[in-house]
Amino acid sequence: MKIEVRGLTKTFGSATAVGGVSFVVNEGELLGLLGPSGSGKTTVLRLIAGLEVPTAGDIFIDGKRVNDLTVQERNIGFVFQHYALFKHLTVFDNIAFGLKIKKWNRQDIDQRITELLALMSLEGLGGRYPHQLSGGQRQRVAIARALAPRPSVLLMDEPFGAVDAKVRQELREWLIRLHTDLNVTSLFVTHDQEEAMEVSGRIIVFSKGKLEQAGSPADVYEEPATEFVARFIGSMNIVAGVVRRGQVQVGSLEFPAPGFFDGQTLQVGFRPYYVKVAEDPARYRQQAKLRHIYFLGVAYRLEIETPDGLILRSRMNKEEFRRCHFTVGQAVSFAVTHFRILPQEGAGPAIEAKPGSPITGPLTP
Amino acid sequence: MTAHLLLSLALRSAAVGYVLVLIFLPLAALAHQSFAAGWDRFIQDLSAPQAAAALWLTVETAAIATAINALFGTLSALVLVRYEFPGRWLLNALVDLPFAIPTLVAGLMIAAIYGPTSLLGTWLQQGGMAVLYNQPGIILAMVFVTMPFTIRSLQPVLMGLERDQEEAAFTLGASPWITFWKVTVPSILPGLLTGVFLTFVRALGEFGSIVIVAGNIPMKTQVASVYVYGEIESYNPQAATSVSVLILLISFLVLLLLERLTRRPGERLPRLFQWTRQKDPRDTESVVPTAAI
Repeated sequence: MKIEVRGLTKTFGSATAVGGVSFVVNEGELLGLLGPSGSGKTTVLRLIAGLEVPTAGDIFIDGKRVNDLTVQERNIGFVFQHYALFKHLTVFDNIAFGLKIKKWNRQDIDQRITELLALMSLEGLGGRYPHQLSGGQRQRVAIARALAPRPSVLLMDEPFGAVDAKVRQELREWLIRLHTDLNVTSLFVTHDQEEAMEVSGRIIVFSKGKLEQAGSPADVYEEPATEFVARFIGSMNIVAGVVRRGQVQVGSLEFPAPGFFDGQTLQVGFRPYYVKVAEDPARYRQQAKLRHIYFLGVAYRLEIETPDGLILRSRMNKEEFRRCHFTVGQAVSFAVTHFRILPQEGAGPAIEAKPGSPITGPLTP
Repeated sequence: MTAHLLLSLALRSAAVGYVLVLIFLPLAALAHQSFAAGWDRFIQDLSAPQAAAALWLTVETAAIATAINALFGTLSALVLVRYEFPGRWLLNALVDLPFAIPTLVAGLMIAAIYGPTSLLGTWLQQGGMAVLYNQPGIILAMVFVTMPFTIRSLQPVLMGLERDQEEAAFTLGASPWITFWKVTVPSILPGLLTGVFLTFVRALGEFGSIVIVAGNIPMKTQVASVYVYGEIESYNPQAATSVSVLILLISFLVLLLLERLTRRPGERLPRLFQWTRQKDPRDTESVVPTAAI
């Protein structure tokens, strides 16, 4: 079922946790609310669930305004950050809790739970207590418990926050498959941008109780709408300079900025993999010194320093890295092949420079 | 490594020795004395009308006092943990007072309020509800002396109780009332049981305050501890030890039961106790225990 919030606001005393947020979660969608801790994303989830009362704004579930419904009446499934399993009940009784409240008969409960245990790969664990389960199993029990009474929407607060890295990866893939199978409208909260990218069909980025950007993972990554999004999602080099003759000047780097006035200060952002680095000083126009090499597993990150003292990050895949023979401290040449002029506070949208459009230095082969 | 082993061995011996010397030895001595004259004598001592009446009165009043403290102790603990109000710190400090003052003084306090010289005492007496030198006085003394047990064992459990378990119950459709009974109470049950059982065993053995408020009329308001004291005073140590041993036995069984009940659900028990528990779920292959519903 569709979820819609309009002008949702929540203040605690003088602090504003959520400040006038509007968005829609479409039917059957898996949407991630992404933001740093304290950005108000969990409060949004709790407001939708009915665990908090909004200061202003409306919440609609399936087109019906639910502001005046209690949490019990909203028919939502909620997965808590630390799972909040009932410690004194077995896995079976945890999952059956909501069904017993809703007065399901015994056969139906048995059947539903057998079905859910199979779906969650928890067969044989029905008689265990939460403290006898691994983190990943607890998380799946929490999801099973939330899904058991067939809620109209599923809300998850940092669903992978409390498990270790390896299990987290498995759980992400498992959640995507589960969502594909069940197709229940789902909204989850995370502070992990990688997780949000991988799991959600669409992402909403939050900062300080405000909605920064909503879009597909690719949109948010490639076309950050605000400086916050640019800095928060992925890694980005951000430099500032003053416009001279239609170009933002950052030391010896120049970024074309058509439509901006001379004398204006602009911020320019570019992803590390758009910074090309070569051993040959003549390969690219810009010169720098290689300060550090970081091995990231799937790739390498190079940290270079320009003669003006600017420190930039570059990312290079393993094959490329092997072809060159970098040593820390050596002189290198580099070029920025793709950049964005970042929107200023309260200014218009970002201007995109596509590959092939004028860039800092000629791409000599 | 050897030094470490020696140290750990010394520590364990010290702990075991401490318990043995302080608790087990006197217990054994008492039991020995009690059974020295034979099993028949023991039964005879206990079935003496005055002894039986005292024992029964003690168990009865202790049970009532425990029920009162279980209910009001839980409420007090909830209020002290969950609500902010002016003077909460003072109330919190007052809770421990019954532990801090001599029980004789507690008895004197109750006698002062409910005695024939006080307004409340006179009024209650006229209304046909005599507290002093009567059963209600005994219960009141027990309630007073054991009040901190329930509150103090519940407070930390309530503080540690995660609110999100209760919220999870709400999202699953449970009303606050159902949530309280099905989620909150089971979560605090180990603390509650500890409080209740300690209250009961402490009430069983109370002497100082009761000896002042009960009047100690044999067959009517004489509790077991006062009976024991009376028998010692009248040079009949045999009857005194027999009744003492029975009281000790009841207390010990209650504490043993508490130990069993407050284990975490599903926890493996020492083999000695395993016969009473259902099989550990990890040992079974069955998919869904249908008996769980």
